[in-house]
Amino acid sequence: MISEKDVRYIAGLSRIHLRDEEIESLTKDLENILHYVKKLEKLDIAHVNPTSHVLPLKNVYREDTITPSLQQSEALRISGETSKGSFKVPKVIE
Amino acid sequence: MKLNELTAHEILTLIKAKKTSADEIYDAVLGRIDQCDKDVRAYVRLRGAQMDSDGANGNASQPLPIAIKDNICIRDVETTCCSRILTGFKPPYDATIIAKLKNAGVPIAGQTNMDEFAFGSSTENSCHGPTRNPWNLACVPGGSSGGSAAAVAAHEAIWAIGSDTGGSIRQPASFCGVVGLKPTYGRVSRYGLIAFASSLDQIGPITKDVTDAAILLNIIAGYDPKDSTSVDLPVPDYTRALINDVKGLTIGIPKEYFVEGIDPEVNAAMMSSIEVLKKCGALFKEVSLPHTEYAVATYYLVATAEASSNLARYDGVQYGLRLQPSQVRKTALMDMYEETRDIGFGREAKRRIMLGTYALSSGYYDDYYLRGLKVRTLIKNDFDQVFTQCDAILTPTAPTTAFKIGEKTNDPLAMYLSDIYTISVNLSGVPAVSVPCGFSREGLPIGLQIITKPFDEETLFRLAYTYEQNTDWHKRKAELKTYAKVK
Repeated sequence: MISEKDVRYIAGLSRIHLRDEEIESLTKDLENILHYVKKLEKLDIAHVNPTSHVLPLKNVYREDTITPSLQQSEALRISGETSKGSFKVPKVIE
Repeated sequence: MKLNELTAHEILTLIKAKKTSADEIYDAVLGRIDQCDKDVRAYVRLRGAQMDSDGANGNASQPLPIAIKDNICIRDVETTCCSRILTGFKPPYDATIIAKLKNAGVPIAGQTNMDEFAFGSSTENSCHGPTRNPWNLACVPGGSSGGSAAAVAAHEAIWAIGSDTGGSIRQPASFCGVVGLKPTYGRVSRYGLIAFASSLDQIGPITKDVTDAAILLNIIAGYDPKDSTSVDLPVPDYTRALINDVKGLTIGIPKEYFVEGIDPEVNAAMMSSIEVLKKCGALFKEVSLPHTEYAVATYYLVATAEASSNLARYDGVQYGLRLQPSQVRKTALMDMYEETRDIGFGREAKRRIMLGTYALSSGYYDDYYLRGLKVRTLIKNDFDQVFTQCDAILTPTAPTTAFKIGEKTNDPLAMYLSDIYTISVNLSGVPAVSVPCGFSREGLPIGLQIITKPFDEETLFRLAYTYEQNTDWHKRKAELKTYAKVK
């Protein structure tokens, strides 16, 4: 149902580098769990609306007023690498 | 009686009568932590002497030390969800409930152990190792708020805060013989709660009795513009709902909850609980929640999909762990992301991120995630339907008592199934509480779950309080010993 190749692809989408030994055990775990969730296929859901959220809330707006927010220096203080008032990341283009 | 063994309301009475002081209470709690946390391992970080400075202007008006689950942000105090990926993260702000506790003058005793990012039912998936169950140190305390429940059961805190996405307050409360309440979705602000599954997460109290749960919910409940899912409804004084009378209330017993897999001792405790409430005047009827058997499968699609999205933020850039790639495989940036997330996340976190990413990925979205959302509607409709026939639903909190450390770690599915009675409540957004309702022959606590309509925490408190006033399970004390299981 799910192959090691699928697991490698999903790991790529998830931005997680997996070691070979992890691939094997995760493939088995995911296979078991996906087999278990197959039981949902027994239900007729053709005319059922999805519930992404239980509250009758939508488009929660607020007044556009100016209030104090997190200072740039505070946000940068907890980052691993910063440069000239910005977060710093490794080179994107080689 | 030692001060740390008292409930919050008992201590408040002593303070009013000037029979104790903040210092005496702190000494009792800190002394207990010193004495037994090396065995229980409920805490991952302690405030120690700094505890006193947490209250309003450093003057705690309610000197009742509280334990906080390690996924709720405390300004300038390391908060990590017991994950390596948040190592060193000191939030630059307080979660709304932390601000409320500070304003109420409640000091923070420390931060408690949990399954990494709340992914688990045993507190074994923590980067700090497992917490032990105070009733038998060879057993798990439940999870994911296992540290908070164990701290309260071992009297290492007067009360505690947990979070509940699929049972993470109620199941550990059940395993540790304490009271655990998941309020209605929207009742308590999640601002500053590090997100797991945003449509399910809710913060709530873990306490020694029902009265303390009402006092604590009074402090933390209410609308917060910083959490757009918190609901702008008036918050009643929940202590006024502590009424020892359930005459005229109708309680539904879902027939689907008393089938295969339930421990006979749990079943027997449930039957006696029903008798207690019957004697108090409650009426019982059998009801049906026909989609119960699909709840765990639905939850593991919806919750993991949301988790994979929420955990995408841990990229090594803005905060937390950042690793330099050991070798260049893709680009330096991509390698940094992948290396950081490989080392930063534990096994269960990786499993859930992968499952959620799969359920959301192109070609599988309709079959998995969307199907999960649709079945969620059926599960929620079941509750809506049942609540037209009764005021509350009574179930066990968990199908078994606490299991042994290591017993389920190699079988993720078996672990997921220990949440079978609690998960539907999160999918439906309704409130529920677990209260102690008995002990197994091995001396492990059993929990009773009461569920009510959305925003009807008052009926929840009335039922739980009446049950508690007519039983004495909540008065037993854990002995912090290791027992070999009889079975």
